[in-house]
Amino acid sequence: MTAVITLPASLDEPNFESVIEQLAAVPDDAKVLVDARHCRFATPYGLTALLCLAQSRLEKPEFAPPEEESTASYWARASFFKYAEELYTMRGTVPKARATGATDVLLDVTPVARNEDVHAIVTRIQEKATQILTNTLDLEPRATMGFSMTLSEACSNIIEHAGRGGWVMVQRYNWSKRRVGRDVVQIAVNDAGVGFRRSLETSRARALADRWDDAIALESGVMNAVSRLSDPGRGQGLKGIRGWVHRFDGKLTVRSGKARIAPIIPDWDDDVPRQDDLPNFPGTQLQVIIPKRVLSA
Amino acid sequence: MTHIDVQSALAESLSMPYHDLVTRRTGAAVRTFIELQLSGLADGTVAFLDFSRIGVLDRSCADEFVAKLMLPLTVENPSRDGYVVLHGLSEGHLDSIEQVLHAHGLALVVQFPDGIAHLVGAVTEVERRLWQIVMVSGRVAVDGLAAETGLAIDEALALLDSLARRRLVRREQDCYCPLGTAA
Repeated sequence: MTAVITLPASLDEPNFESVIEQLAAVPDDAKVLVDARHCRFATPYGLTALLCLAQSRLEKPEFAPPEEESTASYWARASFFKYAEELYTMRGTVPKARATGATDVLLDVTPVARNEDVHAIVTRIQEKATQILTNTLDLEPRATMGFSMTLSEACSNIIEHAGRGGWVMVQRYNWSKRRVGRDVVQIAVNDAGVGFRRSLETSRARALADRWDDAIALESGVMNAVSRLSDPGRGQGLKGIRGWVHRFDGKLTVRSGKARIAPIIPDWDDDVPRQDDLPNFPGTQLQVIIPKRVLSA
Repeated sequence: MTHIDVQSALAESLSMPYHDLVTRRTGAAVRTFIELQLSGLADGTVAFLDFSRIGVLDRSCADEFVAKLMLPLTVENPSRDGYVVLHGLSEGHLDSIEQVLHAHGLALVVQFPDGIAHLVGAVTEVERRLWQIVMVSGRVAVDGLAAETGLAIDEALALLDSLARRRLVRREQDCYCPLGTAA
């Protein structure tokens, strides 16, 4: 019997939890159909997490694409179907990606599995994003270097620690009607690998901990720069990401296993710092949101 | 004194025309390539690593390349006698390098665009002061330095030897010299 996982109309980071909740009720080896027919909107986090979902299943899942033409067309332009067609059995046809003019996709869905992938991602983001970051978000040239570093460090973590390839995507949004009230750029770097708890199983933090779970592992890795290797130079990447996100009034969230932390919550958001005992989802899902800089008078 | 273009080392070590120093694997490949070049230099040679054609330098790569290049040179009895000075660094490069140097308790001499050398990384105020005196003096003996700083000779000697062991100044017989100058 096939279990149907229904996507919400808006598939972003908070709403993807409803997908994970539905999956939690389904055995790992069960056949699933991911029903995106009524989905109208998806962020980089949503699209890359859908690919992780497929990677995490023992049996190749099925996928029903969005019925709304503009939604399906956007997913195609974002290269989602290019990879989804390998990981899912498609029910129905999906539109072909057509080149368009100006786009808010700064980096379409891109696999991260090898060292060369990270180089290609950093090269592409510099080619495409620098103008938007400096002209639209008013970020200083130095900030664009931090942006590229954030991407490279987050993608490197997949290669170094996840044990399986993951996905990255970057998109600009006009959030003038939301609380932040300005343009933002979203980065999602998601994988369905071993996650923080298993990756840090051999770390000193684990050896010293009375209790060891996903939340403690996440805090050790993200907040305290703990690495599975005792080398003092390790753990610098996430520390650098935290510093850069904080400096530019951004938001950082990291989910792994049954926990999610928001180590950087800006004034324009009201997230909670830590959530435990969530339904399990394999790997690590990282999201960064950077808003347009507020220029002082 | 020898000049090493880091971008050329990057491109040759990975056989790709990359300009960004990202990922630990890349850092390790570039370090290995440059270590090979340094091993062919005469003892006491100062190698100038030129970052001016490098785009992004992330911290993981900086740790694997810069910090791990320096660590074996700064042990008590290093297997070779070489010095490294960095130049052509952008503000972003410097930020990554400073963070990894601090993580390992290392320091490095960096030549800024104005041509002036600076000490970056994990150094105390008194170490920095001694280093600056050596830079200004060009070649200085310990007793002169002790007199100038008000330190006891033993203390000044220990600090200068530590700077020399950390490859931040050169010891030439009883004198200390800045990197990149004739002894």
